[in-house]
Amino acid sequence: MSLSIAQPISFYDSKKGLYSWIFSTDHKRIGLLYFYAISGFFLVAVALGVLMRLELIAPGKTIMEAKTYNQVFTLHGVIMIFLFLIPSVPAVFGNFFLPIMIGTDDVAFPKVNLLSWWLYVIGGLFALSTLIVGKGAADTGWTFYAPYSVRTGTNVTLAVLAAFILGFSSILTGLNFIVTIHRLRSPKMGWFQMPLFSWALYATAWIQVLATPIIGITLLMIAAERVFGLGLFDPSLGGDPILYQHLFWIYSHPAVYIMVLPAMGLISEMIPTFAKRTIFGYKAIAYSSLAIAFIGYFVWGHHMFTSGMSGPARIIFSILTFLVAVPSAIKVFNWVATLYKGSILIKTPLLFSLAFIFQFLIGGLTGLVVGALATDVHLHDTYFVVGHFHYVMFGGAGFGFFGALHYWFPKMFGKMYREKTAQTAFTFMFIGFNMLYFPMLILGIMGMPRRYYDYLPEFTTLNVISTVGSWILATGIIIMVVNLIQSARKGEKAPENPWGGTTLEWQTASPPSLHNFDREPVISPNGPYDHS
Amino acid sequence: MSEFILVNSGHNRDDEASKLGMWLFLFTELLLFGGLFLVYSIYRYLNADAFLHASYNLNVIMGTVNTVVLLTSSWTVAMSVTAMQKGNINLSVKLIYATIFFALVFLVIKFFEWSAKIEHGLFPGMEHLNQLEPGSKLFFFLYYFMTGLHGLHVIVGGIILGFVLFAIRKKRTNPGKYMFLENAALYWHLVDVIWIFLFPLFYLIH
Repeated sequence: MSLSIAQPISFYDSKKGLYSWIFSTDHKRIGLLYFYAISGFFLVAVALGVLMRLELIAPGKTIMEAKTYNQVFTLHGVIMIFLFLIPSVPAVFGNFFLPIMIGTDDVAFPKVNLLSWWLYVIGGLFALSTLIVGKGAADTGWTFYAPYSVRTGTNVTLAVLAAFILGFSSILTGLNFIVTIHRLRSPKMGWFQMPLFSWALYATAWIQVLATPIIGITLLMIAAERVFGLGLFDPSLGGDPILYQHLFWIYSHPAVYIMVLPAMGLISEMIPTFAKRTIFGYKAIAYSSLAIAFIGYFVWGHHMFTSGMSGPARIIFSILTFLVAVPSAIKVFNWVATLYKGSILIKTPLLFSLAFIFQFLIGGLTGLVVGALATDVHLHDTYFVVGHFHYVMFGGAGFGFFGALHYWFPKMFGKMYREKTAQTAFTFMFIGFNMLYFPMLILGIMGMPRRYYDYLPEFTTLNVISTVGSWILATGIIIMVVNLIQSARKGEKAPENPWGGTTLEWQTASPPSLHNFDREPVISPNGPYDHS
Repeated sequence: MSEFILVNSGHNRDDEASKLGMWLFLFTELLLFGGLFLVYSIYRYLNADAFLHASYNLNVIMGTVNTVVLLTSSWTVAMSVTAMQKGNINLSVKLIYATIFFALVFLVIKFFEWSAKIEHGLFPGMEHLNQLEPGSKLFFFLYYFMTGLHGLHVIVGGIILGFVLFAIRKKRTNPGKYMFLENAALYWHLVDVIWIFLFPLFYLIH
């Protein structure tokens, strides 16, 4: 009995060959497979976004027709939502780190995990196939609103089937995580000794399991309408298009919490590590994750204030929407309080975390503006909504994802990234992001409607600023990607615990061995963030 | 030096975990049909009379027979699990065959029901259905969609039970290790429970 294993074999080297990857049941390999696929889809959708901004650099037709523009924003939305944001944090970092952080060697159902990866691949292929078969990609927007989605000649059927399959993949991931957290925690780790990232994933997993089936059945109904001529949502056949909107948002509002809650969990991991302090208000953060997941079910009507709903219903949905802001604000308060009097180490992951707090604040507060009845009537379907949504989803969930990518890069790839280049990339991204989306908030208040390829001349200046911002942001992303690829190839070798983190993944080798732990993990009785 | 293995390894056998996973999956199935029940109740509320008229076109006797068939199959699959727990593999296998047999009977009756409707032109896009009032059309849209999706679940449930038979033959499912059978039976009960709701919604409410 001694620490005789000086160099444990990492999970990269334990098996070789393509099949050992694509049919692997190891949670770390599956996490990496997701990572490569998700990054690929993300870059495609970024390119589409840059093209849209280029179209909007001047009024009138610039580089594409109106219909092409509709198809581009639909594909941008479908890829970003269903192929990037929803799987991103749970499928990549959740798969890779959840088992390690709760002190075990895999998820509860490793084979189901592999199945959900394959469903993701098949769903992704379905989504991309809309580009080449039939009459072109869907032009409905990612919301697939009926009755247009039933009547348009474009490839809506394939697109909704893609979303259905991806939903199934997401359900299986959520199911796996719930069972993993219940059954596989280290025997010495109680619920309140779990890292907060696991809490965030736990809350998210329940939303994935309980909300996703609703979108599944709704999209199947759309497909059946198109294929068999049912008229469930087509008013000319007796159906009710408003009902479609209800069903769609019953899932899709909780879905935005699927996207942002895990990212909040990431921030709760990074801030204590770089402030060298235990997290402020551990239980408040854990419970607020559950509260957001719970209240998030009952706010879907706020997407439909202008679609025709009774007065009392609108007031109730508006009040509930304001209620969700409370647990979100609790988290922001706790993160800031954790930094207070900390001994702060400024590294790229912390910069992304701080940008998250700043941008999520703007996204959250503008959310209240559109959650209030009087202002929403004015701002509905304007660029204000586009700005708000991107501040939460990209400025929040996206930046959280990139922060965690730098934070865990040494653990995942066994190499250190180059700090200076990473900070340069961050600076470009932060400036570009705000330059891209802040003008949208103003444009929305001025009354520019969304989803048009054209606009009135008085909106030109702000649109030009926004488009230039998209170039700066894209430059930042390119620098980041190149930096990470180069670092993964020939970066400095990473030590076991480069940041002085206290959660269990820092007790494993970088990169970990196949079974994660080569010795019994040490679990502090003072909770996961014991920096004393 | 032997490799270090955690006590709480994800590769250990854990029957509790399998059961928990299965129940979570059943929740998702319930919510899948829950969305349809929601659509049904709203359209029924908006088109009460038209739904009533349309429901007279359904054959209550065939529906009742099918309900009895499915309930019986739930009974046989439950007995099969008990037989396996008590170590009687032979009886357990026979009861699974009985369950699959009832599943086939259900599908055959369903097939005759549907083809009778289609002969009368009562299918989306067909003449007779097109002449109905909008509310009655909705009734038939929902009828085909919901019983069709349920029928698909009957087929899937039957196939899963077929896999269980295979696992029993390969001795992977045995009296000491019967979670696969139990989960398949749980799924079968779900198929049954959903029908218990579909039957009154379409055939009985007057």
